[in-house]
Amino acid sequence: MSIFGFHYNLERKAIGLVLGIIIVASIGGLVEIAPLFTIHQTVEDAPDMRLYTPLELAGRNIYIREGCYACHSQMIRTLRDEVDRYGPYSLAVESKYDHPMLWGSKRTGPDLARIGEKYSDQWHVAHLNNPRDVVPVSVMPAYNWLSTTELRTDDLSLHLKAQRKVGVPYTDEMIANAELDAYGQSNPDSPQADGVGKRYGKDTHVRAFDGAPGELTEMDALVAYLQVLGHLTDAAAKPIAQAGGGK
Amino acid sequence: MMVAAVFYGLTTFEGSFMAIRSVNSLSHYTDWTVGHVHAGALGWVAMITFGSIYSLVPWLWKRDSMYSAAMVEAHFWFALAGTVVYVFAMWNSGIVQGLMWRTYNDSGTLAYSFIDSLIAMRPYYIARAFGGLLFLIGGCIGAYNVWMTIRTSGTAEKTGDLPVPRPAGLSAQPAE
Repeated sequence: MSIFGFHYNLERKAIGLVLGIIIVASIGGLVEIAPLFTIHQTVEDAPDMRLYTPLELAGRNIYIREGCYACHSQMIRTLRDEVDRYGPYSLAVESKYDHPMLWGSKRTGPDLARIGEKYSDQWHVAHLNNPRDVVPVSVMPAYNWLSTTELRTDDLSLHLKAQRKVGVPYTDEMIANAELDAYGQSNPDSPQADGVGKRYGKDTHVRAFDGAPGELTEMDALVAYLQVLGHLTDAAAKPIAQAGGGK
Repeated sequence: MMVAAVFYGLTTFEGSFMAIRSVNSLSHYTDWTVGHVHAGALGWVAMITFGSIYSLVPWLWKRDSMYSAAMVEAHFWFALAGTVVYVFAMWNSGIVQGLMWRTYNDSGTLAYSFIDSLIAMRPYYIARAFGGLLFLIGGCIGAYNVWMTIRTSGTAEKTGDLPVPRPAGLSAQPAE
């Protein structure tokens, strides 16, 4: 019997056809599911990875609110040109605390996975106020209201709590001090600033991100977030340094 | 509907093709993906929906045909032309983007900055807007046609085009 004849007969037997579909579909399922059993061996760990501070988390929420992810990806692939253009390729572990992940799927603008510390705070503020001021042919919209909009901080503890529910290890102390830490991080001379470094690690950027230490704006939060992108852990830089290439 | 089925086949095949690693390394993050989903959204989903509307509307409002067959024809060609222009623009821009991002010059450094690829997108984005406009015009023609089909069926009703109740030997029937 030819293969077409076999199929012709199979189509006439409902149970047979359903069983056939289940068998074929489960092959596809197995191929996709089986590799997940070895996920502990394939995904690296980064014990030194630090958490987003309340200010950075607020900036991340603004990043989501303004739809930045629609035009900017945050995932550098393991391709030579991407590593040369954007920096060491993204590791799975670097998205450990990203809920939801913001890898993106379209680059109308460049990838931002390692944008942190690539430009100065002033550059980011000028660029967000009007992208054309620093990149003349840019098609990015201006987000000039961020500098004048006060950041909402009274719900930051709740955001931290929600992140903890999905597995980010924020402590009770961090949650209790979220509002003060957000203020302190953008105000280095304030008494609240010391607590940020104590709770989130000494590498945390504590400075007036929008250039005005007195007020806490959405610009502070977004720039704080952008400046930490790709710098929560050094894990990604290591394999490349060992191989003797890259930056 | 025939054309819709063709686009369906094309899009699903393209989808598997784009999942191959070497193709994906070029196409991912570019407008190729955008073109691909619009071939599906405009070519398949929208086309099959239009076809269904054009067969259902006369049936629901008890007419033999749409208000204007010529407008159905015009809508079809506008939609098809719009989809083709759109998808071709996005294929081209996607491939150009992907190639520019990975091009190296002789000294072994990247040949184009990101903004160079953005400038190169300009003509394709204009073509894309034009394709979308064609599709939208087609949609407006279609909406007007559906509206008129429903409206004229309503007036027909008032002038007595209701299904006539069977006489069944009632005395209301005038005597022969």
